[in-house]
Amino acid sequence: VLVLSGKGGVGKSTFSALLAHGLAADETKQVALLDIDICGPSIPKMMGLEGEQVHQSGSGWSPVYVEENLGVMSVGFLLSSPDDAVIWRGPKKNGLIKQFLRDVDWGEVDYLIVDTPPGTSDEHLSIVQYLSATHIDGAVIVTTPQEVSLQDVRKEINFCRKVKLPIIGVVENMSGFVCPKCKNESQIFPPTTGGAEKMCQNLNVSLLGKVPLDPQIGKSCDRGQSFLAEAPESPATLSYRNIIQRIQEYCEQRDLQEEKII
Amino acid sequence: AERTNLAGVRHILLVLSGKGGVGKSTLSTELALALRDAGKRVGILDVDLCGPSIPRMLRVQDSAVHQCDTGWVPVFVGQDKAIALMSIGFLLERPDDAVVWRGPKKNALIKQFVTDVAWGDLDFLIVDTPPGTSDEHISTVEALRPHQLLGAILVTTPQ
Repeated sequence: VLVLSGKGGVGKSTFSALLAHGLAADETKQVALLDIDICGPSIPKMMGLEGEQVHQSGSGWSPVYVEENLGVMSVGFLLSSPDDAVIWRGPKKNGLIKQFLRDVDWGEVDYLIVDTPPGTSDEHLSIVQYLSATHIDGAVIVTTPQEVSLQDVRKEINFCRKVKLPIIGVVENMSGFVCPKCKNESQIFPPTTGGAEKMCQNLNVSLLGKVPLDPQIGKSCDRGQSFLAEAPESPATLSYRNIIQRIQEYCEQRDLQEEKII
Repeated sequence: AERTNLAGVRHILLVLSGKGGVGKSTLSTELALALRDAGKRVGILDVDLCGPSIPRMLRVQDSAVHQCDTGWVPVFVGQDKAIALMSIGFLLERPDDAVVWRGPKKNALIKQFVTDVAWGDLDFLIVDTPPGTSDEHISTVEALRPHQLLGAILVTTPQ
């Protein structure tokens, strides 16, 4: 499952991390989280793995394990210091992404989640190209409600169509804020052009769900903890869990379809 | 020697962040508007090729650009035309078209944007960038190197 957005800062990495945690809650499933944001890798911090390094063995690079059934790989683990800037042009980034796919000893994996940087460039073309020999179930596209985000996200949807990448659906983050004190709802990022809902209708893609703003989400990310575990009662947690379930169902459907073909 | 297109630009500012979605384009726009209100001539160069936000923020997303003998004519914003803007947004056939380019192609266009836009005389040129530290950033700084860069403004959010 690829997690994409045309826009930066909408919650791709947050969502990727929570999707990974959500899927790995089933201890019978093996989950892998691959962070191909070479310039701004957020996954190590969000998974509480800052400072971890990658080990090499005879069978390749070893992912860093959060849980027994949840392994992570990111350029973040290859840096000597977390503030080191990776100032690479496209071809070098592509080379590392290829290595991540070829040389990491993931083992048997039920779900590989790929977190991407914003845009429609080298990283995105490369991941689709390199994974074309195997199959990609689809892309989850993340946005926020305002038009400045949606205009970039529409481009991403067109990118998916161009490279024939199935779209599992769209997630709208930062969708409203409910004050914990007065319970009033505010639109911090007003959907001036109808938000993800209208865009999905217009472009005939599935809206997987809307997730409200919750300051605890940012805090959990900063502390490397799973927001779903830290705030199980939050409306945002409920939204995320519903969305994760829909993604699981989508993937299971594809499994069944493939079995039929075989 | 031929007068370069940047010869009439007094100050060049880069707006950067490692992170996406923190408000670079928003700040670039507001800074341009504030400088214009202070009586300055301002240009904005939007080098975010995959996600160009500035045209919409200045309500000129439906404008087109054309060429003159010294290069591209930027889009002039507002009745007073005190803000000049160049963005890849103006070169797209349809606004939802994805610019799915690899680095080398992006680099070529950025070089053109830096050297081939007929800015004329400006007090400030604000360069809005995409998130990251990659092709766009390297190419922009390289292409601007012969000129005097005032500096970079870094934008972030608290987390």
